[in-house]
Amino acid sequence: MSATTAEHHDEHHDEPAKGWKRWVFTTNHKDIGTLYLWLSLIMFFIGGAMALIIRAELFSPGMQITDPGFFNQMTTMHALIMVFGVVMPATVGLANWMIPMMIGAPDMALPRMNNLSFWILPFAFAMLASTLFMDSGGPAAGWTLYPPLVLQGGTSFAFVIFSIHFMGISSVMGSINIVATIFNMRAPGMTLLKMPLFVWTWLITAYLLIATIPVFAGAVTMLLTDKFFGTSFFSAAGGGDPVMYQHIFWFFGHPEVYILILPAFGIVSAIIPTFSRKPLFGYASMVYATASIAFLSFIVWAHHMFTTGMPLAGELFFMFSTMLIAVPTGVKVFNWVATMWRGSLTFETPMLFAVGFVVMFTIGGLSGLMLAMAPIDFQYHDTYFVVAHFHYVLVPGAIFSIMAAAYYWLPKWTGNMYDEKLGKIHFWTSTVFVNLLFFPMHFVGLAGMPRRIPDYNLQFADWNAVASIGAFGFGFAQLIFVWVVIKCIKGGEKATDEVWEGADGLEWTVASPAPYHTFSSPPEVK
Amino acid sequence: MNSTFRWFVAALGGFWATLGAGLALAEEPSTLNMPQGVTAISREVYDLHMLVFWIVCAIGAVVFGALFYSILKHRKSQGAVAATFHESTAVEIVWTVIPFIILVAMAIPAAKTLIAMEDTSNAEVTIKVTGYQWKWHYEYVGEDVGFFSVLNAEHNAARKVGSGIDVSQYEHYLKDVDRELVVPVGKKVRFLFTAADVIHAWWVPDLAVKKDAIPGFINEGWAIIDEPGVFRGKCAELCGRDHGFMPVVVRAVPQDEYATWLAGQRGEAQAEASAAEREWSGEELIARGEGVYNTNCASCHQGQGQGIPGVFPAIAGSAVATGALDAHLDVIYNGVAGTAMAGFGAQLSDLDIAAVVNFQRSAFGNSADGALQPADVAALR
Repeated sequence: MSATTAEHHDEHHDEPAKGWKRWVFTTNHKDIGTLYLWLSLIMFFIGGAMALIIRAELFSPGMQITDPGFFNQMTTMHALIMVFGVVMPATVGLANWMIPMMIGAPDMALPRMNNLSFWILPFAFAMLASTLFMDSGGPAAGWTLYPPLVLQGGTSFAFVIFSIHFMGISSVMGSINIVATIFNMRAPGMTLLKMPLFVWTWLITAYLLIATIPVFAGAVTMLLTDKFFGTSFFSAAGGGDPVMYQHIFWFFGHPEVYILILPAFGIVSAIIPTFSRKPLFGYASMVYATASIAFLSFIVWAHHMFTTGMPLAGELFFMFSTMLIAVPTGVKVFNWVATMWRGSLTFETPMLFAVGFVVMFTIGGLSGLMLAMAPIDFQYHDTYFVVAHFHYVLVPGAIFSIMAAAYYWLPKWTGNMYDEKLGKIHFWTSTVFVNLLFFPMHFVGLAGMPRRIPDYNLQFADWNAVASIGAFGFGFAQLIFVWVVIKCIKGGEKATDEVWEGADGLEWTVASPAPYHTFSSPPEVK
Repeated sequence: MNSTFRWFVAALGGFWATLGAGLALAEEPSTLNMPQGVTAISREVYDLHMLVFWIVCAIGAVVFGALFYSILKHRKSQGAVAATFHESTAVEIVWTVIPFIILVAMAIPAAKTLIAMEDTSNAEVTIKVTGYQWKWHYEYVGEDVGFFSVLNAEHNAARKVGSGIDVSQYEHYLKDVDRELVVPVGKKVRFLFTAADVIHAWWVPDLAVKKDAIPGFINEGWAIIDEPGVFRGKCAELCGRDHGFMPVVVRAVPQDEYATWLAGQRGEAQAEASAAEREWSGEELIARGEGVYNTNCASCHQGQGQGIPGVFPAIAGSAVATGALDAHLDVIYNGVAGTAMAGFGAQLSDLDIAAVVNFQRSAFGNSADGALQPADVAALR
């Protein structure tokens, strides 16, 4: 700790290096945060392009453009990229930028490891994407990689597993760094229960990652040995059990859902108080609710597997434990509404996205409650109803919160205000199209359309056409965001240090744009 | 902006009202909602679904109501001054306890239905359902009747990329099969689910039955169908390239009709078995083999035997199909371990295996004649 502080008095480290070396060799949390965010944005368009291929095929009945095998590669890669390449890097990027500034630390605790955990990722994704150009093609068994189907793929599967290991190593290193930073580098007076909620949610997220990524790594390693080294972990013919893979996968997979959404809770809990000009309602209960959700996330995994033929006792247990998650999640939504209640509200773009998040995440949460009910889940499972559900929590949920965060902190990052008018256009077009895209999926799912199919009966045609129109509208609306970001970096109205009238927190006490090094000497937190 | 918000709130309210009314009034088969189905269980499931749906709508109405009230009334532009409260133990306890009570109220009927669904005892008819890539096999346990059920051949031709066939002419596009699963009405039918290759899921919404078919394991489900009719479903678990093309069709018929049908099936099976015993000409076998190929092989090896490079080997000009007959038969009969090539010995009759081998050796520019007889295949068994 004292060594770290001393180093920062070294004058040579005050200015960023010039040219590409700055980005390759950087150990600065702001630079690394920026790298993560750009990677996430690029992957967002790659994963989005895959989604548009899917939606183009599904625009009308009959097979028009894709081979069914390629269609399966698209659904699989779209999911892997969006989960591991967009939402996770974006929230890690935000953590890198904001956590040190929020807790009054000069940088992340482990800056060199920080560099490594970012720079692994572009290679991991390049390797994953390269499988699409190999003879045996990309993975096509869905992002859950269920055996035995996934083992039917060709040799490119080894590259998929290797890239997943790389992503996992990156996530675990990033998480260790965040935990170390939060526990060791808080400014004097910044007690745990004074930390901004974004710091809290990330602290808990980091623990979820450290606990579950190794489990996932174990699962895919067993797939690797089943495929290439003759083991039979998941093959009944050799004494194994294909369902065991699903248990191991979802023991990782369900906490993973909260890994994607808890940082979003933190972001929204920062933005809503600012634009309500009122402190966050129920700060302590927000912290406890986050911790409860994290705990419960470990004991609900098999609700993804109700149709696998679990014993009745198992089905009952996982139904009840899953329903229980509605309680702390409800507390969070109620607290956000109570924060806005009798506030003095304004609706700049970050607030629009945050309110959009609360409304549409809640829609996804409510359909989640329906899915928790095992006897009706048999009807919902593996249909478009499920697709609608998790896209509501992930797109107008997680992605909207990331957009909100970007608009909220862009002035602090660049020193310039973004174009408010364009931001609002971005929000409204995104909101209209995202609902056109995902709401009809509830209908076709209930009416009997399974997920992961490239072709369907006429009865589903109308709503699929609507969803496809929504998809293209939403996709192209995101180009507005790119334009806003570039414009904001290039110039614009100068931002004040506080930026927002109601903003509270250490990050608003430093200059805009934030200097390359902040809090070289720790601030006083009262 | 204020008028925009009013408009937005009105639109949102209108949307939910329309949605609710639409769901309540929707005719069956609905394109908006789950079918009520034709079993006591499926109706219970539907009622539970609607109960939970209205509960979440009510919760949504309260939460969104408060939120939009705030958005309208507590705006800075309306002169709102921020209050300073930021916690209230009483309120927080209330909104922890009330949702908990609602959840308990939902969990009780759900648990009851679940327990009923899992009770497969006292079945009168047992059918073993085996998932294959990409078809279903039905075996009437103890009745000596069993057959494969695959996608309707016309639909199968129409669904190919660039087929030039308008799929909208088929009412049951992708929801029709060559041979339906016939079951008696009013009897408890138990299904045993398993699979031969990868995991599939057998789903018929009208029966509220969806269960994974897992290789090496047997799952159970059941249904008592109230009324005669045809009920259509699909495979629900991603099972490879033709996952979207393995429908389920269940035909429920009165008991006497069911008995007649069963007897007919036995007769057909016998006729087929005796047909395999006679000597077949090469032309006859090759002609039959084309149909077998299109149903069983073309999904992967493609319509002209060209395969998909790197994924599925070509038949046209391949070393296997132009090489030794024994080795070719071995691949078809036993499959290739560690690949998607299944062993068709367990799936096809001697006649069909002989037919398809001869077809593959003589089609797509391969030039052998139809030398393999059903009896040669029978010798392997």
